[in-house]
Amino acid sequence: MAQGNNSIKKILTVALALCIVCSVIVSTAAVALRPAQQLNQELDRKTNILSVAGLYEPGMDVESAFGDITARVVDLRTGEYSEEFDPDTYDQFQASRDPASSRTLSGERDIAGLSRQENYATVYLVGDADSPEQIILPIRGQGLWGLMRGYLSVEGDGDTLVGITYYEHSETPGLGAEVNNPRWQAQWEGKKIYPDEQSLTPAIRVARGSGSGDHQVDGLSGATLTSNGVTNMVQFWLSPEGFGNYLANFREGVSPEEAQDADVELEAEGA
Amino acid sequence: MADVTPKGVLTTPLTKNNPIALQILGICSALAVTTSMSVALVMSLAVIFVTAFSNFFVSLIRNHIPSSIRIIVQMTIIASLVIVVDQLLKAYAYEMSKQLSVFVGLIITNCIVMGRAEGFAMTNTPGMSFLDGVGNGLGYGLVLMIVGFFRELFGAGSVFGFTILETVQNGGWYVPNGLLLLPPSAFFIIGLMIWVLRSLHPEQVEDNEFKMKENTKPKEAV
Repeated sequence: MAQGNNSIKKILTVALALCIVCSVIVSTAAVALRPAQQLNQELDRKTNILSVAGLYEPGMDVESAFGDITARVVDLRTGEYSEEFDPDTYDQFQASRDPASSRTLSGERDIAGLSRQENYATVYLVGDADSPEQIILPIRGQGLWGLMRGYLSVEGDGDTLVGITYYEHSETPGLGAEVNNPRWQAQWEGKKIYPDEQSLTPAIRVARGSGSGDHQVDGLSGATLTSNGVTNMVQFWLSPEGFGNYLANFREGVSPEEAQDADVELEAEGA
Repeated sequence: MADVTPKGVLTTPLTKNNPIALQILGICSALAVTTSMSVALVMSLAVIFVTAFSNFFVSLIRNHIPSSIRIIVQMTIIASLVIVVDQLLKAYAYEMSKQLSVFVGLIITNCIVMGRAEGFAMTNTPGMSFLDGVGNGLGYGLVLMIVGFFRELFGAGSVFGFTILETVQNGGWYVPNGLLLLPPSAFFIIGLMIWVLRSLHPEQVEDNEFKMKENTKPKEAV
């Protein structure tokens, strides 16, 4: 090493030059690659939506297949569509953290472990937006190790399930992470959410061991806590706390008054 | 390093002076990213890239690095390269970057990169340092691939995602070994590998740090 490398002047020059060169390289990479990264995130989200609807095949053109799907923003408190937000840009997860656009959940009502819930959610409608073939709902909740985020797809009757998928979770590989095993997910198809025509309380759940009947799917062996997490978040999001009022619009047996009643009751509790 | 020849710096890190098996560096990431072979492969390529180029750039400016701030200079170069790799993966291999998640960022803390920059690149020419980086990256990758092979085959019944042993969850016969999907199993596999390597290269076995003293004279029980 050359003499004089350790003079204060040299140290400062080298440090400064290095910082400038490195920061230019890093910021160039970040800026130049951002469009490609955003495209990937968008594509990933769309792929997940298509796959929960059972429309995804490897190698397909995701963008054109997504043309059949309409995004709408739903007011979770009333179950009506809202025109207040643009569904393409509305960030539901961000909204759930902002006190102005969310509400706190406490104690027994917070079965999914969310602590805050947004007032508006983005849903995706497959086919004709007025009488959709499938309704795709975003769900999230605590698993064993952390927050699990995914989608649930419901048929146009607002009661029959089509599928479930998770695009973000941190469950144990081989045990809890089997939530993304296609064989386990396939069981959800055809299951019913509600116990009878009038009810707004979901009966669908992940059983312990093997499930039976229209309202149970098999538990994940060795992953009871993940299974419970899935049950809790599905029941939460399909109840009037989540999409219950919205789905009531599609179901025949449930009169709007009843849905409204449940809603008023909730607001009273929330106050 | 006894032989600083292109062939020497490329091949010695594979078995004779393997960064994981002999230098015992970079174990942490070897536990984390070896549950499947394809993830291990991408991680290996990322590490090869970072080690090679950080060695190259450190060596390039080695005569100008003041010794008092040399570690932080090396760190800055390594960190910049890792961020670039992370951004590239997010842009061109999104699925993979989701699986590797935080571990790409943690290449910064991988002792192999830092160890080679300090131990080799500071005293050798850029070309040779680059090859040394590639060699050590390959040595790291080799261990990752072997560990990944056993973990994926016996933990998930597949190799590179292709099913070899049909698992019970998918209606087959093979009951996967759950332990192999958890990080501790990598310890066992790496341990066994070190055993094999040291049997093949007995010179790798360190001398005992102290000799056991012979037992004291047998004494009648009082």
